[in-house]
Amino acid sequence: MLFKPVLLWTDGLLWLLLALVGLYAWRVRRREHLLQPWRRLLRSRSGVASAMILLAFVAVGVLDSLHFRLPLDKQAGAAERHYSPEVLSVFDLLVGPLRKQAEKTYSAPFATRLYAKETIELPDGRQLRDYPRLKYGGAHLSDPATQQAGDIAAIALQGGVWALVAGWGAALALVLWLARRRRVSPGAAWRLIRQGGDEIPWRTFLGTVAMLILFACLAAAFSAKYHIFGTDKVGQDVFYLTLKSIRTGLMIGTLTTLVMLPFALLLGIMAGYFRGWVDDVIQYVYTTLNSIPGVLLIAAAVLILQVYMDSNQDLFDTVAARADIRLLFLCIILGITSWTGLCRLLRGETLKLGEMEFVQAATAFGVGHFRIIARHILPNVMHIVLISIVLDFSGLVLAEAVLSYVGVGVDPTMQSWGNMINGARLEMAREPMVWWSLAAAFVFMFVLVLSANLFSDRVRDAFDPRMK
Amino acid sequence: MNAPLLFVDNLKTWLDAGKTQVRAVDGVSFAIARDETFALLGESGCGKSMTALSIMRLLPEAGRIVAGSVELDGQDLLALPEIAMRTVRGKRIAMIFQEPMTSLNPVLTVGRQISETLYRHTALRGEAAQARVLELLDAVGIPDAKARCHDYPFQFSGGMKQRVMIAIALACEPDLLIADEPTTALDVTIQAQVLELLRTLQRDHGMAVLLITHDLGVVSEMAHRVAVMYAGEIVETAERGEFFANPRHPYTRKLFASLPGAVRRGQPLEMMRGNVPPLDSDFVGCRFAGRCDFAWQRCSEEAPAWTEVAPGHAVRCHLAAQPADVGPVMEESLDGTASVGTAPVGTASAVHVRLHPQGVSPPRAAAELLARARKPYPQHPLLLDKAGGLLEVSDLKIHFPIRKGLLKRVAGHVYAVDGVSLAIRPGRTLALVGESGCGKTTVGKGILQLIRPTAGSVRFAGEELTGLKSSALRARRADFQIVFQDPYSSLDPRMRIADILEEGMISLGTASSPAARQAGVDSLLRQVGLSPDSKYRYPHEFSGGQRQRVAIARALAVRPKLLVCDEPTSALDVSVQAQILNLLKGLQDDLGLAYLFITHNLAVVEYFAHEVAVMYLGRIVEHGSVEEVMHAPRHPYTRALLSAVPVIETGSKREVIRLSGDLPSPSNPPQGCHFHPRCPHVMPVCRLDYPAATGFSATHGVRCYLYEGSPGER
Amino acid sequence: MINYILRRLLYAIPILIGVNLLTFTLFFVVNTPDNMARIHLGVKHVTPDAIAKWKHERGYDKPLMWNGAAEGAQKAADTIFFEKSVRMFAFDFGRSDEGRNISYDIRTRMWPSLAIALPVFAIGLLVNITFAMLMAFFRATYIDFAGVVLCVAMMSISGLFYIIGGQYLISKLLHLTPISGFDGGLNAFKFVVLPMAIGVIGGIGAGSRWYRTIFLEEATRDYVRTARAKGLSELAVLFGHVLKNAMIPILTGAVVVIPLLFMGSLISESFFGIPGLGSYTIDAINAQDFAIVRAMVFLGSVLYIVGLILTDISYTLVDPRIRLE
Repeated sequence: MLFKPVLLWTDGLLWLLLALVGLYAWRVRRREHLLQPWRRLLRSRSGVASAMILLAFVAVGVLDSLHFRLPLDKQAGAAERHYSPEVLSVFDLLVGPLRKQAEKTYSAPFATRLYAKETIELPDGRQLRDYPRLKYGGAHLSDPATQQAGDIAAIALQGGVWALVAGWGAALALVLWLARRRRVSPGAAWRLIRQGGDEIPWRTFLGTVAMLILFACLAAAFSAKYHIFGTDKVGQDVFYLTLKSIRTGLMIGTLTTLVMLPFALLLGIMAGYFRGWVDDVIQYVYTTLNSIPGVLLIAAAVLILQVYMDSNQDLFDTVAARADIRLLFLCIILGITSWTGLCRLLRGETLKLGEMEFVQAATAFGVGHFRIIARHILPNVMHIVLISIVLDFSGLVLAEAVLSYVGVGVDPTMQSWGNMINGARLEMAREPMVWWSLAAAFVFMFVLVLSANLFSDRVRDAFDPRMK
Repeated sequence: MNAPLLFVDNLKTWLDAGKTQVRAVDGVSFAIARDETFALLGESGCGKSMTALSIMRLLPEAGRIVAGSVELDGQDLLALPEIAMRTVRGKRIAMIFQEPMTSLNPVLTVGRQISETLYRHTALRGEAAQARVLELLDAVGIPDAKARCHDYPFQFSGGMKQRVMIAIALACEPDLLIADEPTTALDVTIQAQVLELLRTLQRDHGMAVLLITHDLGVVSEMAHRVAVMYAGEIVETAERGEFFANPRHPYTRKLFASLPGAVRRGQPLEMMRGNVPPLDSDFVGCRFAGRCDFAWQRCSEEAPAWTEVAPGHAVRCHLAAQPADVGPVMEESLDGTASVGTAPVGTASAVHVRLHPQGVSPPRAAAELLARARKPYPQHPLLLDKAGGLLEVSDLKIHFPIRKGLLKRVAGHVYAVDGVSLAIRPGRTLALVGESGCGKTTVGKGILQLIRPTAGSVRFAGEELTGLKSSALRARRADFQIVFQDPYSSLDPRMRIADILEEGMISLGTASSPAARQAGVDSLLRQVGLSPDSKYRYPHEFSGGQRQRVAIARALAVRPKLLVCDEPTSALDVSVQAQILNLLKGLQDDLGLAYLFITHNLAVVEYFAHEVAVMYLGRIVEHGSVEEVMHAPRHPYTRALLSAVPVIETGSKREVIRLSGDLPSPSNPPQGCHFHPRCPHVMPVCRLDYPAATGFSATHGVRCYLYEGSPGER
Repeated sequence: MINYILRRLLYAIPILIGVNLLTFTLFFVVNTPDNMARIHLGVKHVTPDAIAKWKHERGYDKPLMWNGAAEGAQKAADTIFFEKSVRMFAFDFGRSDEGRNISYDIRTRMWPSLAIALPVFAIGLLVNITFAMLMAFFRATYIDFAGVVLCVAMMSISGLFYIIGGQYLISKLLHLTPISGFDGGLNAFKFVVLPMAIGVIGGIGAGSRWYRTIFLEEATRDYVRTARAKGLSELAVLFGHVLKNAMIPILTGAVVVIPLLFMGSLISESFFGIPGLGSYTIDAINAQDFAIVRAMVFLGSVLYIVGLILTDISYTLVDPRIRLE
């Protein structure tokens, strides 16, 4: 075998989530009334733009969730093949050079020399304390001081040309697709896009895609020659770390909801539907859970997990598996502390629905409780579930950073924005300041959370019946 | 009419709805004289409220006035800057709204809310303002004003809140009062109180009133002049007397003809086909042409102009303009006399209106229905005759515990239903009448075992339903079904019509194979007058009336013998109500259904029911055949109820028996006869014990001390 | 009223018992004292003797729930559950794993926490309401739109960046305030002002956007139309009618956190070196001092329940429709 596939727990859950989304999409496709809110969503410009950005993030996250281990070189005489303990993803392969081009320690963005002075041995045998040249960043330049500006301009131009080609390609594809879809000539489709005559704001769509393409092309062009966000303490490329952190952020933001959803749905609907003592018990449970400060409960649980993992180290065959279990556990704990909000909402909505006349009509037909819940209650609370999933997402991404800072977040070996901030914080006092890790984490988190917030606003507008 | 107070000319108000414009008000013109009540009449969505809000310039954010002028005493209100407009609102024009429950600020005392207007527009401050507040509260009939002006709105009942609203509106003695459906949310006895108050105030203060309503009865009681609105336009305007005596526009005439009442018993009601056209479309011809029985080619090509048919009586109709073309048809249709009314006490107070009851060409189905319905009624079975009854309810009690305290101990009960007995025979209709909060809906749900009764017995076809296990109950459920009031919440918005109709068949196993169910769905839809194609659509694609048809079809799907109809038409417009009533009537004749018809609308009862039971605070106070109860009511409450219904009348004033106060709380019913605190004939004995039943005939019974020991007489 | 509060306090007992059982399970059943000892003494090279000694010093060597060896009532009392969990009901938090008196620490450390959290709460509430009112007043204009965009952008920034950015800009570049630390008395001000300002600014985005939603929802109510029909100006409607009603959800939503202000802010305190309960908790987590974490969990729950009761009481103050029976 060329490689050994590795299915981490979180990978599995992510694929399950994607399968559920696919199932939902398939269901929605053929039902006009379910499709309508999505249409409304796609008609708003900020909805389209934020959705495209989120999709780009998701694409990185998904590529980074296809894990495998490469074989080690076969040793003579060994009967079976051994695989490297390092777990890689498809994404790692795609950005191969980024991963491998590690420097010695810190270096600033686009720097050609290291951040710290070292003793350099000159060819003539003398020693000199200076900032040494980087192994990879700008290594192709013989005299960075004079060449760098021109080189950067050239690379920017190169990236720009790529982006131009790819952008026009995307525009052409859209025009042709739209022309076929709306049964008009390509010329008319182009006018439709430019003048915003269609119900979907294609101009915004195309603009966002163009921006994403431009960013991707420039980043690709530059990162081949430079560290565009510098390097961290052990010389790792910060841009690579930031990209790897996307998966962590997405996992926390989505799996947490996936984990808590069954609880919230089941208990919320049961409390609202059966009322009486069932309601009392469920309310007691969530008031109790709610009364424990969330961070402390998470801290306690994570500490305990740590103890458990420390004493059972042999359970995990790779570092990645160990970090993954911790990530999963963090999601579960976050889920347990955050399901109460959705549960309460669902309880309230179910109470209302239970009074609705169509539920009473079903009761008058002798329809059983289970069927009433499945056919009448559940479909009518799904919009609440959807809204709260999307609303919670950005909060969870932000929470990851805080928890990692407190020391109860993801595993320290796992790339995450929280760990990046936490690491950079310790270097704040340095002169000159090591700001690039912070900047990179800030920019990426901000873009992700902002688009998630904008998207969730639009989702709420489109799905909440009160907003119409 | 010289120098009107308010002059509205060619007013156009549009609402933004995404990419289209809804022309809610489309060229409305009218004038209101000082000390005149001008009624704007129309069904929901015709633009009458938007007209009022345009005059006040209080449109919702999506709305804007695109053309026209509104002149108050010669001053164009639409040209005023917003600041100047604020000195008009509340001072020269005041407005009261439909929902007294939500129109008052819940966290301010009513005194504060009234004095706020005074502070804004007058120089009255402190003591003087307070005195004026008390004066106003007195004027609108709020007892003990001094204490109550410090109360919050939630401490007042619906009728009292509307009085407070009126007090706010009157605070600065406005020239014009706009009343937007002021009594629609109120019960009929409370409505009578509020209407009387408005009438008195209008007369005493010499105010002009713009009354917006959908109720012909209210118009008849209140208005001096009437304008009928349809699809954003005024289609007819006339003096009240002329209007009721000689309505000319086909729409107006249809409205009259679709009113249920005693005189139409046994005949199908007039129906308007189709729906109001969407207001975002471009109109070329007459807006009513699509639904008009008289329409001919010209109607869809050319919009009709105003035509004055009599002094002060104008119509927007080609018929009136060109009597030569269709004159004979029209004349014929106007020939003949029939009485008409929302009149509950048909013979005594209904008006004679020159109007043909059947319109011009009743559709064939309707004619068949008519023929069937004209057959003489079978003799009335005894209401409480136990033998042979399909449904026998005796001493039904449904009490809801009020839980309080740490361990949720039961601290009291809401006596929603407190000893109700009734019986229904196959193929008959029993109307259960009462005001909101009297427990009539709970009776319906208790009979269906949707709420398990506290005590009493419900026997269906001889079998006791209370205490049945749910599996045993399920086996019986196909026999009795329910149709709810609100057609919007009674259909699951996430299910297709076919799935909705199939649900009962699957659950109760009345149709075994999918093919049989599909055939069943098709025939059910046809039965209720919908196309079988509509089974793949979702509820939101249907109008209110169509949804109610689906709801009826759903109930019929399991072939019930008894249908509990819980206010099935009260959320619908009059013309749609007529469609539903006709449908129910036809179904009863075809399928022999028995109905328990729960309603507060006495005109519907007179038209529709065979027997009537009147409910007050959880108990039935009077029951009998429809003739007995409606024409010879005995219980003081029944009489008050009947007299409070606004009637279309031209002749003698009927006497309204005014009930003081509101319905007491069912958690703490008055000692003795529940009605005694409001009863005009109260006697000492009434305060002691609940009266026993007195029978007048085999069917007619009443619970009142007035008749104790003297059955058959007054 | 007093009756009601008493009843609510009684109702709090089962919840606190639930919290207590949960933490007990987490800390002593899932995670045994042996594990804790190993963590503290280093996972490798620990002798059973060292573990036993460590447990004995902290009273973790007793049976969990039931001491069969003891006499009479001691059977239940001489256990970890009684010593470590039940005693908390008397606010006796015992000693930390390092031997510090937790109750004493809490008493001294809650004041610095409060010195920051209380102003952040009060000023934040005021600022957010002001911003929200402005946006509501200019609703459906570009001012409102720009305000909402700003709010969404501000709430998309992690709180960590507010702190790091503020510390860098104000303390390091401009030298306006010390970077971190704390002092007693009036000197505390210069240490407190920056974390306070950052706390307020960090909360503006989410807070004022939420309040704006509440204001706009109230502004569509029927009684607002009535008020306009009286001829009141837009400002009078906003302040006299909308604000009064909107304060019901705003105040009652805010009251629940008041008692929790004692707990301080975890992040801000540790960044600025404030010796409050927040940094106390963080230090305990980092030092894996389970006794302190347990105490803080219990304290937090108690304060939350107090907050719930205060919420109910505040309802009666701002909403005339609600009376506590």
